Amino acid sequence: MDVVAIVLTIITASTPLLLAATGELITEKSGVLNLGVEGMMLIGAITAFAITTITDSAVLGVLAGAAASTSLAFVFGVLVLIFLANQVATGLALTIFGIGLSALVGTGFVGIALEPLPKLDLGLLSAMPVIGEILFGQDFLVYLSFFMVVLVAYFLSKTRLGLILRAVGESHDSAHALGYPVLLVRFLAILFGGFMCGLAGSYLSLAYTPLWAENMTAGRGWIAVALVVFGTWRAVRVALGAYLFGTITILQLHVQGWGLEIASQFMSMLPYLATIAVLVLISRDGAKIRLNAPQSIGKVFTPSR
Amino acid sequence: MFTLERRVEQSKSWLVFSPIMAIGLTVLSGIIIFSVLDKDPWMSLYTFFIQPLTTGFGFTELIVKATPLILIGVGLSIGFKANVWNIGAEGQFTMGAIAGGGTALFLNTQESFLVLPAVLLMGILGGIVWGMIPAFLKTKFNANEILTSLMLSYVALLILSYLVHGPWRDPGGYNFPESKIFSDFAMLPILLEGTRLNLGTGFAVLSVLIIYILLSRTVLGYQFKVVGLAPAAAKHAGFDRVKLIWLSMIISGGLAGLAGISEVSGTIGQLLPSVSPGYGFTAIIVAFLGRLNPVGVLFAGLIMALTYIGGENAQIEIGLPAAVTGLFQGIILFYLLACDVLARYRLRYKPFLKARDRE
Amino acid sequence: MESKKTFGLVVAALAIVLVVVWFLAQKKTDEASVSETKIGFVYVGPIGDHGWTFQHDRARLEVQKALGNQVKTTFVESVKEGPDSERVITKLASTGHQLIFTTSFGFMNPTLKAAKKFENVKFDHATGYKQAENVGTYSARFYEGRYIAGVIAGKVSKTNKIGYVASFPIPEVVRGINAFMLGARSVNPKMSISVVWVNSWYDPGKEGDAAKALIDQGADIITQHTDSPAPLQVAENRGVKGFGQASDMIKFAPKAQLSAIVNNWGAYYVERTKAMMNGSWKSQDVWYGLKEGMVEMAPYTNMPDDVAALANKTEENIRNGNLHPFTGPIKDQSGKIVVEAGKVAEAGMLLGMNFYVEGVQGSLPK
Repeated sequence: MDVVAIVLTIITASTPLLLAATGELITEKSGVLNLGVEGMMLIGAITAFAITTITDSAVLGVLAGAAASTSLAFVFGVLVLIFLANQVATGLALTIFGIGLSALVGTGFVGIALEPLPKLDLGLLSAMPVIGEILFGQDFLVYLSFFMVVLVAYFLSKTRLGLILRAVGESHDSAHALGYPVLLVRFLAILFGGFMCGLAGSYLSLAYTPLWAENMTAGRGWIAVALVVFGTWRAVRVALGAYLFGTITILQLHVQGWGLEIASQFMSMLPYLATIAVLVLISRDGAKIRLNAPQSIGKVFTPSR
Repeated sequence: MFTLERRVEQSKSWLVFSPIMAIGLTVLSGIIIFSVLDKDPWMSLYTFFIQPLTTGFGFTELIVKATPLILIGVGLSIGFKANVWNIGAEGQFTMGAIAGGGTALFLNTQESFLVLPAVLLMGILGGIVWGMIPAFLKTKFNANEILTSLMLSYVALLILSYLVHGPWRDPGGYNFPESKIFSDFAMLPILLEGTRLNLGTGFAVLSVLIIYILLSRTVLGYQFKVVGLAPAAAKHAGFDRVKLIWLSMIISGGLAGLAGISEVSGTIGQLLPSVSPGYGFTAIIVAFLGRLNPVGVLFAGLIMALTYIGGENAQIEIGLPAAVTGLFQGIILFYLLACDVLARYRLRYKPFLKARDRE
Repeated sequence: MESKKTFGLVVAALAIVLVVVWFLAQKKTDEASVSETKIGFVYVGPIGDHGWTFQHDRARLEVQKALGNQVKTTFVESVKEGPDSERVITKLASTGHQLIFTTSFGFMNPTLKAAKKFENVKFDHATGYKQAENVGTYSARFYEGRYIAGVIAGKVSKTNKIGYVASFPIPEVVRGINAFMLGARSVNPKMSISVVWVNSWYDPGKEGDAAKALIDQGADIITQHTDSPAPLQVAENRGVKGFGQASDMIKFAPKAQLSAIVNNWGAYYVERTKAMMNGSWKSQDVWYGLKEGMVEMAPYTNMPDDVAALANKTEENIRNGNLHPFTGPIKDQSGKIVVEAGKVAEAGMLLGMNFYVEGVQGSLPK
């Protein structure tokens, strides 16, 4: 059993979840629930794919994908923060919209094959057995995903801006009374979430499976939302959750390949059941959970003067 | 500077006006989109919104499509009011179909009028049991119900897949993944000859009435509302939060289960690998579009169903790509949600305050 | 601010808009021509899947091209099996479509229900097993292609392990696996197949992951019964070989694709449309293969010449009836003989296949 190869597959499977979930984490920490992750990821995926196909530059593609998703997040932000539309329904509408728009744009790109994102090659370092490929042989989005986790964790816990974000998420009225620009903070958080979803989508269509297929996220956006909850709104935990889910998903495929007597559907259930099990285990400490869950999530903010 | 100020009470006239404004905006956008796609805009709008309603068949189909959305949506609205986020209605729907469908298969040779009630009851129970799991995990272990209910949806779908591909296959069906077709005794009676309108719709209407009465006339309903709006006050008043969580999951699970068995015993007639095109998730939109009010959910369900049927219609009549119907659906929802603000908030013009006039 | 007058004005405005829309639309409906024959197509997935539905749509375009302005084809994509499909099929039947192709097994009972209501409309249902006076069924002997692919794999593989990315354990998929195995073992008795079920027809990420898992376990030939080119892409990336599914996927795997099993419905659709137009359409149950051109093999590439020659020969033999992939002796996994030497498996066994032949690893849900 080639452990290195399995680890590499796990990294590939977990990265889009990680990117999207980390973005959604910031959004939710500011008190906004954006269920449009799936739609934003798809828009990111098709845009990245389209631009890369046209310009032959993966970097431009990724940037374009992120920009497209961010624009969609912008629409969400306007609806939810200015028009005070219901967050849950708007997010779901965003998903429907994103699926449709991406499918429409993508009709011209079906059947095109791209080269996957280039992987880092540090010569000797990358050639090292085992850790060489794992640590030094990934494409730049994977490294970016780890960097973002660290950045977000640091931002939330150690910076003043992060504190403001958390305050806004905890109680927007109190934050407003303190003079913090609640709407602006939330807007930026929403945009960041969109940006990360764009990166996640770009990863799907440029690295994971370098092709465009309608609805290719296949529910990953929903998993990402669940992972934020799973990680009890803490960046490192969310990342671990993404990898837990990715690991079990990949492992169950491997186990199937061994030819066991268990029906494949039960094997496919494992990632979901495992996620529930771990959540139950870590949720026992209720106080700690409430400490991290943004209390004002989903609630509407109307500044009162 | 314009600001939005919460109204003391929902404005009755804007309550009606806002959807109309949304419709107006939708029409405008439709004209633009369809023109860009080189389709006749008027014909497109007609096939999308009006044509489905012009035939008796179209009208009943609208109701048939809306029925599961309404049933599930009504159940969800209770939970959402109480801040219990049941995202797993899809799973409860599926379990209802499995439990009820399994009963129908088990009783396939029985010729008794008791078969249908048994089937329906088991369907409701299936949904309830599946809804109780997140309730249990939340009240006992503090596990967030968003995740547990969502994950359980996927599990339920896989269980259905296993059963239909394996032990519950129709023995006379060449091992294809479909169960036996239910006997007539297990099927919901058709309400209107020649259409697919069945008793399931009756359940939907009934559920709207019952939940409406529950919410507006009973102490329990009041508790649901308060525990969501002001949890601290609810605690002070001694409302049992645990009981309310259980009840909301049981109600929404049960209704979703009923929707599931109604679909399977109504329009489908057997168990298939997939019995829902995502009703459980669409119903979430329906619940919020309906402002978590049972009567609102009824209308929202009809509107949502219309967007789906209109989309199909547009594909057939004018060759509109399926992707555009999804796009258009999203836009309609955006407008409905955005215009809604005017019913709950008042637009106020406030002169721009000078810096030193602010607090 | 919101006076009753404003409210009333708005309602009136909306009513006017609705009436105008209705009126303008009426003009167009009157202009619709009635002389052409309308043919309907119901798809279970998006045309952009580059697989199952993609090929059906290409066939539809062939019909449009072959019969020009005598026909008008209508298609509806991504129709979910279940109540939605019944509505769509009924709608097509009630709007003047005279022949409707329903292109997925799951549309079987909905098609029959609609057919009962519209006895003058003809229906052709793909991969089903129930017929009626106005409902015919058709399917393709994909397993013939699988057998050839197996033969090629048996010759090309070095590890003797084949990785199969499968969707759902339905007879058609099992048939394909078995045919592949039989073909491979006919040239190399040491071959084995490992199957991974992704429980979806279409999830590129998962399909790719399944392919990776299989390759990591030693398979050096990848084949699939799922819709996207992802498994082949993985094969290309990892330097192993594989087969495309439903459509020629050489663009995605220029060095890895050995061949592809291509669904070619065009000729059949044209034939059926013409039959309907000249009144000779009858309900039938056809199962066409290489001979009739419903199954095609993509060019044999990336293999030594002698293997390509063998593949061609095998194809030839199947085509002219000299070779049937399911000719005995065939043993199931327990070693029991299920088809005796010299005999060909019966249609019933093929249609409802639910066992693995020797050499396939794992077991099927009972």
